Amino acid sequence: MTSSFDPEKLLNKTLVSLPPSGIRKLFDIASTMDNVISLGIGEPDFITPWHIRNAGIRSLEKGRTQYTSNSGLGELRSQTAKYLKRRFGMDYNADEILITVGGSEAIDLTMRAFISPGDEVIVPQPSFVCYGPLAELAGAVPVYLELKTENDFRLTAAQLREKITSKTKLIVLPFPNNPTGSVLEADELKEIADVIRRTDAAVLSDEIYAELTYTGKRHVSVSSLPGMRERTVVVSGFSKAFAMTGWRLGYAAAPANIIKALTKLHQYAIMCAPSASQYAAIEALSEGDGDIEEMKREYDHRRRLIVDGFNSAGLTCFEPKGAFYCFPCIKSTGLSSDEFCRRLLEEQKVALVPGNAFGSSGEGFVRASYAYSIEHIKSAIAGIIRFVGSLRK
Amino acid sequence: MDNEILELLDRDSNLTARDIAVMLEADESEIERRIDYFKNEGIIVGNKIMINWRKTSREFVTALIELKVTPQFGRGFDQIAERFYQYEQVKSVYLMSGAYDLALQIEGTNLNEVALFVAEKLAPMDAVVSTATHFVLKKYKEDGIMFENKPSDDRQVMVL
Repeated sequence: MTSSFDPEKLLNKTLVSLPPSGIRKLFDIASTMDNVISLGIGEPDFITPWHIRNAGIRSLEKGRTQYTSNSGLGELRSQTAKYLKRRFGMDYNADEILITVGGSEAIDLTMRAFISPGDEVIVPQPSFVCYGPLAELAGAVPVYLELKTENDFRLTAAQLREKITSKTKLIVLPFPNNPTGSVLEADELKEIADVIRRTDAAVLSDEIYAELTYTGKRHVSVSSLPGMRERTVVVSGFSKAFAMTGWRLGYAAAPANIIKALTKLHQYAIMCAPSASQYAAIEALSEGDGDIEEMKREYDHRRRLIVDGFNSAGLTCFEPKGAFYCFPCIKSTGLSSDEFCRRLLEEQKVALVPGNAFGSSGEGFVRASYAYSIEHIKSAIAGIIRFVGSLRK
Repeated sequence: MDNEILELLDRDSNLTARDIAVMLEADESEIERRIDYFKNEGIIVGNKIMINWRKTSREFVTALIELKVTPQFGRGFDQIAERFYQYEQVKSVYLMSGAYDLALQIEGTNLNEVALFVAEKLAPMDAVVSTATHFVLKKYKEDGIMFENKPSDDRQVMVL
C-alpha cells in the first residue's frame, strides 16, 4: 500500500461529477439561522392520519416483522390496482404493480431497467432533481427539454417532437409538476401521446402528485390513452396523497413484462419494501379517500392564498393547478434566483428555493411550497412583500 | 359556502374577510356580509383564544359535575339549566342523554372552592336529585386543539 492511496479516486466518475442538489445549498445556510420562516420543504405538513398509523402499529403488535414477497403484499398490490381504477380510471391488475421504497426507487428502477449505455432520456425541466442524475448513473445521456413560461411550464407536443432522436429510450413526464405546479390536461396529453406513439421510446410518468389537482379536473394518466399503456411505467406512491413520506412507500404500475424486469432489479437491490409501511398502506388505500379530500381542500385554500400573496407582492405567479408548489417569477426585481433567495433569507429570514435548482429554465423563478399552515404562509408572504418593497425604493 | 366560511373561522378566528375571500375565491364584501349575518343570527356567538393555563402560574381547578334533576311541570330542563348557567363559575352546561341529565363544567381556584360551590349552590336546588363531582386532572385535547405533545414541524431538509 502506498501512502498516496486515495479511496475517492475509486468512486464512480459519473457519480463524482454530478453536482449536489441546488435545493440543499440555501438550506444549509438557513439551518444556521434562528426563526427562519421556510416555504422550502416539499413534503406535506400533515401527519399521517391516525387510522393509517394505527394500522402500521397493529402490524407490529401482531409480530408482522418479516420480509414480504419481493413485489409487495398481495393484498396491497390488489388494493393499489383497485385504487388506481377507482380514483383515475386506470386499468391494472395486481401483478402489474410493484411496491417500492418510495416513488424514487420506482424512478431509479425504471431508468436502470430500460437504459443501455448511450441511450437518451428526455427530461423536461424545471422538474424534480433526480431524473437527470439517475439517468446518467444508468449510463444514459439526459436530454433536457426546457419548459416555457409562456406555456405555464406545460409540455407541448411540438417541444417534445424536437427532442426525439433514434436514440431516445425513455421520456419522463413529470406532471403534476414539482416545482411549477403545472399539470397536463387530457387534450394536451393526447397530442403528446400522438408524438410518442410514433417512436420506440418508453414513458416514465411520475404521477406522485396525481391526487393533488385543484381546478375541479381530475388528473389524467398518460397510460390511459390509446396505445400508451404498453410503453408506460406509472410511478406513484403514498407520500403525497396520504402524507406518508417517512414510511418510504411507492409503486410502479406497468404491463406485467415490464414489472417483471423491474422486480428483478428490486429483488437484488432492495428485497422488499418495509412490511409495517405496507400494512399501513393497505389501510390508507381502503379507508383513506376521505383523508385525501380533506387534505386537498386545505391545500387548495393555501394555494389561493399564496398565489394572491405573491401577486400582491408584485411577483407574477401563474395559477398552479397541481402538487403543492407555486412558481412565481422574480425577474421584475432584477435579481437572479440565487440572489433573490439569498437576500430574502438574510434580510427577512424567509426561505424559498431558487428556480434554477430544478433546471436552467427555472432561472428567474422561485419555488414556494404551500405545505405549511395558513398562519405560516401569511407571515412568509408579509416578509416577501417587505423585501420586494425594499428593492423598489 | 356558509359552512366553508364558518369552518375556516372555527379553526382560525384571526382570518380576515379578505383572507377568506381569497381562499374561497369569493368576493370580499360578500364574505363581510355573511359574517355580519352570522353574528346577527347568533351563529357566530363569540371569538375566543385557546390557552393552556397549566403552563402559566394561574391556580385553578376544573370539575365535571353530573346532575340528575327532576324536570318540573311546565318548566322543562331549559329553565333548570338556566338557573345553573347564570353562575359565572359554570363554564359549560349540556343536556345529556343516558344515566344523568345535565353535565356542568365548573372552574374554581381550588378543590375546596369547587366542592363548596356544588354543596352550597347546586345540590340544594329543588330540582336536583343527585350530583357527582369529577375533578379534571389533565387536559389533553379540547375543541380539536391538542394541549399536550402539540405536534411541531420537524421536517428536515430534503432534496425534493
